Amino acid sequence: MEALVLQLFQSFWNIFGLWDVLWGVIQPVWPLIWVVIKIVVLLIPLMLGVAYLTFWERKIIGWMQVRIGPNRVGPWGLLQPIADGMKLFFKEIVIPTKADGALFLLAPVLAIAPALAAWSVVPFFEGGALANLDAGVLYLLAITSVGVYGIIIAGWASNSKYPFLGAMRSAAQMVSYEVSMGMALIVVLMVSHSLNLSDIVRAQGHGRFAEMGLGVLSWNWIPLFPMFLVYLISGVAETNRAPFDVVEGESEIVAGHMVEYSGMAFAMFFLAEYANMILVSAMVAIFFLGGWLSPVGFLPDGIWWLLGKAALMLFLFLWLRATFPRYRYDQIMRLGWKVFVPLCLVWIPFIGVWMMSPFNIWK
Amino acid sequence: MEFTTFVFYMFAALAVFAAVRVVTASNPVHAVLFLVLAFFNVAGLWLLLQAEFLAIALIMVYVGAVMVLFLFVVMMLDINVERVRKGFFGNLWLGGPIALAMVGEMAVMLGGKYFGAEAMPGLATAPDYSNTKELGRLLFTDYAYPFELASVILLVGIVAAVMLTLRHRKDVKHLDTARQLAVKAKDRLRIVKMATEKDLPAGEGE
Repeated sequence: MEALVLQLFQSFWNIFGLWDVLWGVIQPVWPLIWVVIKIVVLLIPLMLGVAYLTFWERKIIGWMQVRIGPNRVGPWGLLQPIADGMKLFFKEIVIPTKADGALFLLAPVLAIAPALAAWSVVPFFEGGALANLDAGVLYLLAITSVGVYGIIIAGWASNSKYPFLGAMRSAAQMVSYEVSMGMALIVVLMVSHSLNLSDIVRAQGHGRFAEMGLGVLSWNWIPLFPMFLVYLISGVAETNRAPFDVVEGESEIVAGHMVEYSGMAFAMFFLAEYANMILVSAMVAIFFLGGWLSPVGFLPDGIWWLLGKAALMLFLFLWLRATFPRYRYDQIMRLGWKVFVPLCLVWIPFIGVWMMSPFNIWK
Repeated sequence: MEFTTFVFYMFAALAVFAAVRVVTASNPVHAVLFLVLAFFNVAGLWLLLQAEFLAIALIMVYVGAVMVLFLFVVMMLDINVERVRKGFFGNLWLGGPIALAMVGEMAVMLGGKYFGAEAMPGLATAPDYSNTKELGRLLFTDYAYPFELASVILLVGIVAAVMLTLRHRKDVKHLDTARQLAVKAKDRLRIVKMATEKDLPAGEGE
């Protein structure tokens, strides 16, 4: 891939006869440029995905509520997210009186940076990860756990009551659900013997059903079904989406940490939330639904499977939002600590015993 | 200068800067955030030492959980900055010797006689060397008892913290969620069947 891109560059600059001069300059920093190119290639589709996820959300919820949804800007309303983006881009960013200016502006950056940085370890296809880390799962947990700072700092720096309430809610909620998320992942890495995300996907390609050409039955979601549910629901809570969206609950605390934000600063929180949604969906696909693997033997593996599975999970996110009323706060805490954590604590030794028994299916 | 050396000095300088700001920042929330920055840079240093598990665990546990709760508490304090600044010289007689003792300890470490590159065994750098796996193997075999002991101490700490803050308030209407969920419609709602009223002849219903 790298050689091909280099060749393309070379043939382009050779038209002007400048390649040799140019290469002399950029050769020492070429590895860096190559990484930046890969990051851009990853981020542009991601940002487009975020923009069209907001559009898709409004359409889906519209249809579920027997409305039409956005349909004015462009054909079928398809340019709506572009129009929204332009509007936010040209709005003024208002900084409230007595707010902590530096932290107020740092908060959206801290929200979006982890949401994007986490994508570096996601394997899109065989060998298709930006960084093929051996401690990929750990990196992912560490980076996503930093995302909560954006919300907390936004709440505190705004010097306003509703954002502060939102920040306190999010601090408790996100820390709680990280615990059950991490514990569900412990089971996944027990059965895949690796912390590397690509190895976790490959480990799901083995098994009796995979050899029969029915890979879908040998993915982690069947033997680890309770963990699949725990991870999925914790993922919804971790991204502060309905029915766990008490952080921004518009009927209680207006919009939580985002009340005082406008323009691009507000848009960054929005981008971070949707990028995190896509990330959690991709993670569910990788940990439990076989990542880039094809569900049946006669179809080839590839990135389209990962995207399809992630899209299915994203639809589930939107479906949940249109279906369930918001959880009460103490019930959220109860679900996290008194249901999910004990369930994980039972399932970890259960899988351990299963793996040591003669019925082990993960050899 | 090699690239790793440059990265080392960058992390080290930022870590020292952040640590100094933790002490000197007048606003406690800023101090906590500088502590987070210090943790990040120390994690970077550990990554340079190929201790990737410890580095990531530092970020996950301290930055991701402990400091979040710290911030949670500090945000809610209403601290008078002037008053915090006051007792600096009054506490110097205690703080000074402690600082000196820590500097002395660091000097022993960094002097290299006991903990230098020659005194400590080198890194095993087999191509499939996994820091996490090695650490796990050691923790659950050679150091199983100290590890279990540490977890028991932590458990005692948790129980103590819960007992210290648990207040059985009598004036709270406690909701038992299991009972709430077990409620059926017929427990709350009684449907009374009754015959519909007969149509009255016109004029009589006034």
